Order: sequence, then C-alpha cells, then structure tokens
Amino acid sequence: MRFLNYLINGISLGSVYAIIALGYTMVYGIAKMLNFAHGDIIMVGSYAIFCLMSLTGLSPVVSVVLAVLICTALGITVEAIAYRPLRGAASPLAVLITAIGVSYFLQNMALLIFGANTKQFTSVINMEPLSLFGGSVTITGETIVTIISCILIMVLLLTFINKTKAGQAMLAVSEDQGAAKLMGVNVNGTISLTFAIGSGLAAIAGMLLSSSYPSLTPYTGSMPGIKAFVAAVFGGIGSIPGAFIGGIILGIIEILSKAYISSQLSDAIVFMVLIIVLLVRPTGLLGKKIQEKV
Amino acid sequence: MSTVLEVNDLSISFGGLRAVDGFNIKISDGQLYGLIGPNGAGKTTVFNLLTGVYKPDEGKIFLEGENITGKSTIEINKAGIARTFQNIRLFKNLSVLDNVKVGLHNRFTYSAVSGILRLPSYRKTEKAMDEEALSLLSVFDLDKESSLLASNLPYGKQRKLEIARALATDPKLLLLDEPAAGMNPNETKELMDTITLIRDKFKKTILLIEHDMKLVSGICEELTVLNFGSVLSQGKTSDVLNDPEVIKAYLGDD
Amino acid sequence: MNRFKNNKKFRDNIITYLLVIVIFAVVESLKATGHISSLMKGLLVPVCIYIICAIALNLCVGILGELSLGHAGFMCVGAFSGAFFSKCTAEVITVAPVRFILAIIIGALVASLFGFLIGIPVLRLKGDYLAIVTLAFGEIIKNVINVLYVGKDSEGFHFSLKDMVSLHLKEGGQVIINGAQGITGTPNDSSFEAGFVLIILTLFIVLNLIDSRDGRAIMSIRDNTIASESVGINVTRYKLMAFTISAGIAGVAGVLYAHNLNSLMAQPKNFGYNMSITILLFVVLGGIGNIRGSIISAAVLTLLPELLRGLADYRMLIYAIVLIILMIFNWSPAILELRKKYSVRNFIKNKKTKEVE
Repeated sequence: MRFLNYLINGISLGSVYAIIALGYTMVYGIAKMLNFAHGDIIMVGSYAIFCLMSLTGLSPVVSVVLAVLICTALGITVEAIAYRPLRGAASPLAVLITAIGVSYFLQNMALLIFGANTKQFTSVINMEPLSLFGGSVTITGETIVTIISCILIMVLLLTFINKTKAGQAMLAVSEDQGAAKLMGVNVNGTISLTFAIGSGLAAIAGMLLSSSYPSLTPYTGSMPGIKAFVAAVFGGIGSIPGAFIGGIILGIIEILSKAYISSQLSDAIVFMVLIIVLLVRPTGLLGKKIQEKV
Repeated sequence: MSTVLEVNDLSISFGGLRAVDGFNIKISDGQLYGLIGPNGAGKTTVFNLLTGVYKPDEGKIFLEGENITGKSTIEINKAGIARTFQNIRLFKNLSVLDNVKVGLHNRFTYSAVSGILRLPSYRKTEKAMDEEALSLLSVFDLDKESSLLASNLPYGKQRKLEIARALATDPKLLLLDEPAAGMNPNETKELMDTITLIRDKFKKTILLIEHDMKLVSGICEELTVLNFGSVLSQGKTSDVLNDPEVIKAYLGDD
Repeated sequence: MNRFKNNKKFRDNIITYLLVIVIFAVVESLKATGHISSLMKGLLVPVCIYIICAIALNLCVGILGELSLGHAGFMCVGAFSGAFFSKCTAEVITVAPVRFILAIIIGALVASLFGFLIGIPVLRLKGDYLAIVTLAFGEIIKNVINVLYVGKDSEGFHFSLKDMVSLHLKEGGQVIINGAQGITGTPNDSSFEAGFVLIILTLFIVLNLIDSRDGRAIMSIRDNTIASESVGINVTRYKLMAFTISAGIAGVAGVLYAHNLNSLMAQPKNFGYNMSITILLFVVLGGIGNIRGSIISAAVLTLLPELLRGLADYRMLIYAIVLIILMIFNWSPAILELRKKYSVRNFIKNKKTKEVE
C-alpha cells in the first residue's frame, strides 16, 4: 500500500513536470530553441497567484486566471523583445544565451520585489483528501486536481493542434519555417501563440507545483524547469504525447527513488535514466529520427 | 588494364522504394567514367553506397579486388576512394590551404604531443604538408587564394577546392558528384581540362556524375545510364548516347 | 603567401600571450604598490579559474563545435581529486609547490578520464541532446560527490555512499571526504601567480593544438562532419580527443578552485549546471572559437558584478539586461545588417567612392 501511495505521488509530481514539459516541447518544436527561462515563468506564475490572493484577497479561481493571463503576456513580450530579433542568427547558441539572460532577469526581478526569503504559498486547491482501501491510501485534493488538469490539458492541446487552423499552422511551422511562410502561414504570429500557450501552461504548473510544494523563492522554477526539459527530451522533444509520458515517468522515478533508494541521489537517478534512454534511443521515446541528407 | 572498381548487383531500399536496384559497374585503371541519368535516378545514392555513407542491402563492391562492402566511410577512404559532394561540403571556417591539409591528414602524420610541444617532427611534417598542399592547389589555380577562408571563395572555385581536397587523400578512385553544377560554359570548359589533367598527371581513375552532356561526351570514355535505380544502358560513350532507350528516358516517350 | 598566413596565426597567438602577461604585470605592480582593494584581490584567483574554464569550454564548443553543459562537473571532479590528494599528502609532501603541481596533474588526469569515459557514449549524440546529457552527467557527478564519504586509517582507505559511520574507521582514522560537507582543510596552495602560470600553460596547449594536424581534424569535424569522414578523418577519435583535453583543463581549474578555499563542497552554485552555463556565457560573449575573446570576457564578466556593486541590489538585474542587449547587438541578423550599413568604415569608404565620382 505504501508503494501505491508513492506511485500516486509520483504521478502527481510527474503531471506537473508534464505540464511544464508540454510548454517546453511546443516551444522547442516550433522555435527550435531551448527556452531556459521557461522554468522562471513558473515562478512568476506562482508569485502572481500568491500576490493576488494574499494582497488583493481575490478568489483562487480568479487569481489563477489572472496569473495565466500575466504569464501569457510575459511569454509573448519576452519572445518579441529577446528572442525574435535573434531568429536566423548564425549560431543557435545566441538565442540560448539570451534565454539564460532572460532567466537571470526574471529571477533577479523577483529577488528585488519579493526578497530572498521563502514565501509560504497557501494552496489554491480546497478539496477533501480521498481515502481508499480503508484509509491505507490517501490521495490529496492537490494530487487529484493536478492529475486531472494534466490529462485535460493534454487532450485540449492535441485537439487544438489537430483540429484548428492555428494548430495546423503550428505543425507547419515546426516542420519547415520557410515553406510555411511561403504557404501564407504567419510565422511570427504562430511562434507568439506558441509562447503564449507555453507560458500560460507554466502559470498553471506554477499553481499546481506551489500548492503541493508551498515554499516559494525566486529560484523555485529553475530545477522543475530543468527536470521538465529532461522529461521533454526523454519523451522525444517536439512530441506532445512524448512530453506527457516523459513527465509522468520522470515524476514516478523521482518519487520512488526518493522513497526506496536515497533522497539525495534521486536527481542523479533521474538524470541517469535520461542518459540511458538517450543512448538507446538518441531522439527520446517518441522522437522522430532525423537523418542528414548527403 | 586492371580493374579498379567492380560492383555487382548493388541494391538499397528506403522505406519500400528501391532507390538502387541491381547496379553493376566495372571501371578500369585510368578510365574517365560517367554516371548519368535523369533527376532522382539514384546516382548520388550510388556514390553514397560506394563511399559507405549507406550500407547496401545486397551486392558487393570491390576496389582493386579488395571487398570493401559494408566498410565505414573512413575505412573506404583509407582503402582509396575519395569524393566530392553535389551540395558543396567544404570546411568553411578553415583556410583554403587547411582544407587541403585536412585531406592530407592520413598521409602526413605526427603525434598530438609533438604538435603541442612543437617538436622537430611537427615542423618537418607541417612544412612538407604545406608544400604538397600548395602544389595541389596550384593545379587548380587556387594557390594565390590559399590563405582565404574557404567560404570566401567564389562558387566555381569552391567546387575546385573540393576536388583538390579529395585528391589530397591520394585516392585510387575519385568520385565527382556534378563537378560542373552552377558553372558557366567557360568555367565548365576549364574544368574539363582540369579533370583530364588529373587523370593524366596524377594517374587517377575517375567516376563522375554529370548533367552537362557537353562535358560528359567531351571527356568520358564510357558511360552508365541510370534510370529509376537500375542500369538502363552501359558502354562506350558514343554508343550509349545513341541508344534509343537512353534517348527515350531523357526526352520522353513520343 | 603561406609564410604570411602562418605569420598571421603566429602573431595572433603572440598577442594573446602578451595580453595575459601584460595584465598580469599590471596587476602585480598594483598589488605591490597597494593600489588594489582587498575585494579585488579576492577575485584574482577566481578570475584565473574562470579564464581557464572558458578556454577549456571554448575548445569543446568553439573548436570541436559540440555544446557541453557539463563542464562544471569536470571542474568538480578535478577539484575533489586534487584536494583529496593534497589533503592525504599534506604531511608527507611538505613543499607546497611540489604538492600543488602534483595535485594539478592528478586533477587534470582524473577529469580527463571522466571526460573520456563520458565522451565515449555521449559524443554520438548531437546538438541539444548532447547538451542535456552533459548537463545530466554534471548533475550526477555533483550529486554523487554529495553522498560520498571517504576515510583513511591504519588499514587504508574506506568508502561509503551512506554516512560517516559506515566507514568503520579505526581509532585515529581521518574522514577526508565527508559527504555534503565535502573536504575541509585543503592547503591553500592557490595563488594569482599560480593561476597566471596555469593560464599560460593552458593557452600553450590549446593554441598549439588548434594549429596542428589534430586541431585541423577537430575543426574539420565542426565545419562538416560528413566531409571529414569522406577524407578519412576518424571523427570519433578526434571528438574524444578534444572532449578529453577540454575536460582535463576544466579539471585544472577545479584544482585551482579547491586550493583557494578552506572547505570544498559540491553545491549547485559552484558545480551545478548554472556554473556550466556561466562558463558557456563567457565563451559565447567572447566569441565562439575565439580563445582570446574567452579570456577577456571571462575576466570582464567575473569582475563586472563586483564593479557594479555600487548599484547594490540592482547589479544582477543590470547584468542580465546587459547580457540580453549584448547578445542581440552581436547576433541579431537585422542589427548586424544595420551595423554593416552604418559602420564607420563603410561611411569612410562610401565617402571616398563619392569623391572619386
């Protein structure tokens, strides 16, 4: 039964990773860049909810919606100011370093506004825990909401991409930016939209993450950001189902190794699994194989 | 005359499509041989098979009697096949001279330690490499541009530099993939002279893919025509070019 | 023609050496005349450490063309193996310089070994995949060192991945690596002078390597792997060679780091991926593949936050903004176009042609 508890916790953490990884993977698939600042958007989302709730006393739902809007706007702005000018730069490292600059910027901005002290985040989710098997397995409200949100988001995203015109445009841009442009797709608009969605998801991830792990600092987002990136690579970067599966598996591995092996080594184990997967399948679990034409 | 390259029943499929199907060829020492065919006939795929970029599904490749089927690109180059590429692949950020010196890599050696410590073997070998590279470059009239970055060369000269780099490995067989692509008639004429010179002066056997019929009929002694991955016609250049099947493949049915 | 080209390369390298020597001389004379603040004094060794690291990473990113985000891991390996050696031999080898030189050699060798072993599997991966795997290895190294306990007693060395007690040390035994507490009491053998000598040595190795047969092979892989193979370059071998040397040099920086502190711990801020990223930042801002640029940017960017200290809390924010602006200014295709159009050189040239007309 303890194992079941751990497993559920793992799926819950994995769902958060999956939501972040979905944002990562979409941005990577379309803009072909590692957005190192993605994790910090999560942090911004968490701080936004924290402020809205504790300072203005808004209801949790309204706060979350506002936080999503704030992060969406932030994502679009960052893309337009910092990343768009570097599209087509001679080295892909240029935009990577700029993303690191944005990450530093967001962290230090938060540090200036909120200070280095840990803020206690009050859970947004107000739900009774679910007791199963006569109380031997408890599932917290946070866990239930997290898992359901994750599945919902994935289904919505897949529908959006496969059924709407904007979604098809995203697929086209991710396949071949030049050709998409020639076919009349608004490339800049599509990339903006992708950042908007990814950042909005980051805000939701921030809400879920901070509800389960309530200590909030300016660096809260950076490790989950990296882990989610690992999850995206693990599942096959650019693939939406891949990001979902990658996130869930990563969460389970992390919680189980914390429980049964060593809490200090859990990160090492997560990274080791990533390395093994990539060595066996160099483009991740569901990634496409790309061969250079000679 | 001895046989340099012999290929038997070479085949490869990509996702169900037989890109090359039962390809045969026999090239003698010192020959200038042409591989022609419509776009998408599988000519470059043949080159990729010969140089180990792809591994064939079936068939055997012999270089001077030695079976090189399934070997890696590196081993095949060491065995004696060098090539150029349809879409030029130079070392863009290296100088023209260094491009050729990379080609000389396996013929002039010294250890990494003597390179770092600048031991006498470094100085001696580097000097010899410079001389060899410059003399190769002068064949292609590139010696004056030796210190330029490869990417700063005009297009036609980039193609020549690729040939010089391939020659630097001292191959038995040189594969040229559309050497005249993108050249004007004057440059093509000049290139034809250079290719003949390579064969005569360096005693190389050459297999080339080309679309420019003037070039092909002007310098190739024998031809193989490839169509939909298989050999359509093979033999003396004049015979092949008059083959009704070949004319049909190039000009259509009516 | 050829002589001229060689001279140019040679001249370029001489300028790089001279730059380092002149700066060293200036700093030394400032130190001697007491014109340098104690804060700056404290930064001298770190500047050397970052310069060495930046050169190492530039060998990997700029010369070999493979993105590594794990160099902090190699630094960490070098730091711990070097410090481990110094601590073990502190009583046996009493001549500090000899001990330090040996520690450097050991740190370099162990880090190279790690680079080699990690390089064999991961160098098959490309681009961002390689980046994330190297990042992963860096994090693993840091995590494992944090649970590593090593002790020494009359029976020899004892290892454990659990805690100090499971070392089962005999009476009089000594814990050398104490898990997350790391190594304490490493002799302070590092100095600005040692850092300077190591920078020169690193430069000597890297610059000579680049301008040699092996260096050309490495750069050819960066420029076009398929073409390198076609002329018989053993791509795997040269990728490994560059990666191993790069890791070894990062290890040297680690040894210098370890001997600059009383207690050495593997933390996110010194050996985490953020450190790898910081080093990458030096390399990219200094110019990918430009060794001299790496030296300058590592030195300037390490000193910059301190120079901005007057701005108090805003300094890191300003640092971030400067970084973003610099990147866009240096790399944005649109801005590069503008810079070309309105550059002073062009302005003069245009004026001249107009005068001719």
